[in-house]
Amino acid sequence: MASVSDAELKEMTQDERARALGMTTEQLTGQSMYIEFDPDATDRFTYPWAPEVDFNKRTEIDTDTMTSTEVNSKIRALMAEGYGTIVLKNPRGKHSLGVGILSRLNLIIEGSTGYFGVGLIDGPNVRISGRVGWSCAENMMSGTVMIEKNAGSTFGAAMRGGDLVCRGSVGSRTGIDQKGGTIIVGGDTGALSGFMMQRGRMVVCGNAGKNLGDSMYDGTIYVGGEIKSLGVDAVTAELTELDKAWLTRKLTQYGLMPDKGVDHFTKIVAGKQLWNYDNLEPNEKKLIL
Amino acid sequence: MCGIAGLIHKGKSSNVGAEMTSMLQALKHRGPDSTGYAVYGEPTEGDYVMRLKVAEAEDMGRGRGIHKVITDRISAVEDILSEFGAQVKSRDSVTEYALRYVLTHDGETADMAKNIEEIEGVEILSLGNGLELIKDLGDASVVAAQYGLNDFKGTHGIGHTRMATESDVDIRSAHPYWAFPYNDVSVVHNGQITNYWIMRREMERKGHRFMSNCDSELLAVYTAHNLANGVSLEDSLRRSIEEIDGVFTYLVATKDQLGMAKDTMAAKPLVLYESDDLIAMASEEVAIRAILPQEIDTTDPYDEEVRVWQA
Repeated sequence: MASVSDAELKEMTQDERARALGMTTEQLTGQSMYIEFDPDATDRFTYPWAPEVDFNKRTEIDTDTMTSTEVNSKIRALMAEGYGTIVLKNPRGKHSLGVGILSRLNLIIEGSTGYFGVGLIDGPNVRISGRVGWSCAENMMSGTVMIEKNAGSTFGAAMRGGDLVCRGSVGSRTGIDQKGGTIIVGGDTGALSGFMMQRGRMVVCGNAGKNLGDSMYDGTIYVGGEIKSLGVDAVTAELTELDKAWLTRKLTQYGLMPDKGVDHFTKIVAGKQLWNYDNLEPNEKKLIL
Repeated sequence: MCGIAGLIHKGKSSNVGAEMTSMLQALKHRGPDSTGYAVYGEPTEGDYVMRLKVAEAEDMGRGRGIHKVITDRISAVEDILSEFGAQVKSRDSVTEYALRYVLTHDGETADMAKNIEEIEGVEILSLGNGLELIKDLGDASVVAAQYGLNDFKGTHGIGHTRMATESDVDIRSAHPYWAFPYNDVSVVHNGQITNYWIMRREMERKGHRFMSNCDSELLAVYTAHNLANGVSLEDSLRRSIEEIDGVFTYLVATKDQLGMAKDTMAAKPLVLYESDDLIAMASEEVAIRAILPQEIDTTDPYDEEVRVWQA
């Protein structure tokens, strides 16, 4: 990849910047993304225009009478001033709080958020003391999000990276279309969790609803409790020592390690009969499934 | 999209009118086309509240002739009331087309209701001992102010903000639906019913009437049919998950109960708050927070979940 300095990138239009970073339509199709990935390009894992923030510089926003747009604009303005720890008070179920934060930040939300909370984030560490509504941390790229109470449906939908943790129970379709990262649920999850999952890991310490892992392409789901039913092409797999070591590390890290350890977890993976891009005809597939 | 909300106070009356207005106003973004309330006061045996409309809001702009039509329809309604032995204790009209009667009646009201609805353009919105069902175009603050709902005291209620997707923007297609002719039963729904026509034809064969083409009306008719056949509210809700296809979350209120059912896909939201003296639920947490700003625990009911609470 051609070397472009941050200063040069800042001057470019969005289109020029995308091309300079190698993101052209042709190159993003098919397998070319692997060719474009340069393992030595370690210096650009954050956005060149990300503000320099100081985590010890802390401030609070009382969001009671503000709209979500005003709150999100205020967060950006405070980050530009160098605030690295921002506390949102009285969110009272507002939608779309803390979305699109693309750099390091400690965001503490004291209360509950509505739909699409902290969606499209890349980097921040978020703590939420209440419950979150539908589609929390949708399309999350990196960072950590920790929720102390329950979460709604489509938790971590299309997530790509980072750790998304809910201590309570979550709704249905958790991690639908998950493409990476880790989702950890302390309680139960609803129906169709892990639907069309492509990569990443999901850990459910409690029970899982029906059709778990339906039509999953890849990725791994670990369930500590009962599974109501597995979805199409989701199969149980052997829980290896590596799985146990990983589970122990992650669950200990977030204080969710069960008293009886991790040996009882069930591991679910894709059977790869349905979406294995083989040459089978649809009626032949029916015979297999 | 639509927004639904419900709340029930256990064993006491509260300002359910004002509480429901706050909840529905918080859900305005889910549907600004029309707003509806079904709120329940202390039931008074023998006294019935009947709310009906004798024209649509949009009819009012269609020339002077409508005023004469409305007067004729009201007079026809009152003829039937006296024919069935109902004494009119009071008659209020908030708008020219929406009336509220307080009646004294000691017999079956179903035949009377059926006869009233035979008058062209007349639809009974609700009939019961405790139920007040109000629906009109506009958001919650507009409808509440127009109908004086903010002073209403009662034990429980359900409400709806509508985004019209399947049928017209009019009162006929607005929620809640009264479970005609079953006294005091009302329904609000968020979702889409995909076997609507099959179920509707089945219900019509059994003699039930439909006033609109709105799929939500089916849930009211279906519930009324089950209750009339001795099925409990909880069993009716459970049965609906088996028999009705589509994605739906709906709430049913009766004289002293509030119930919820969520379809097998759990595709339509509901957030639930439960305490010893108050249960509140809504499509979004923001509505619950409108009446309970303090830190509370809320949950999402799962697929095929059915709950019923007693006032």
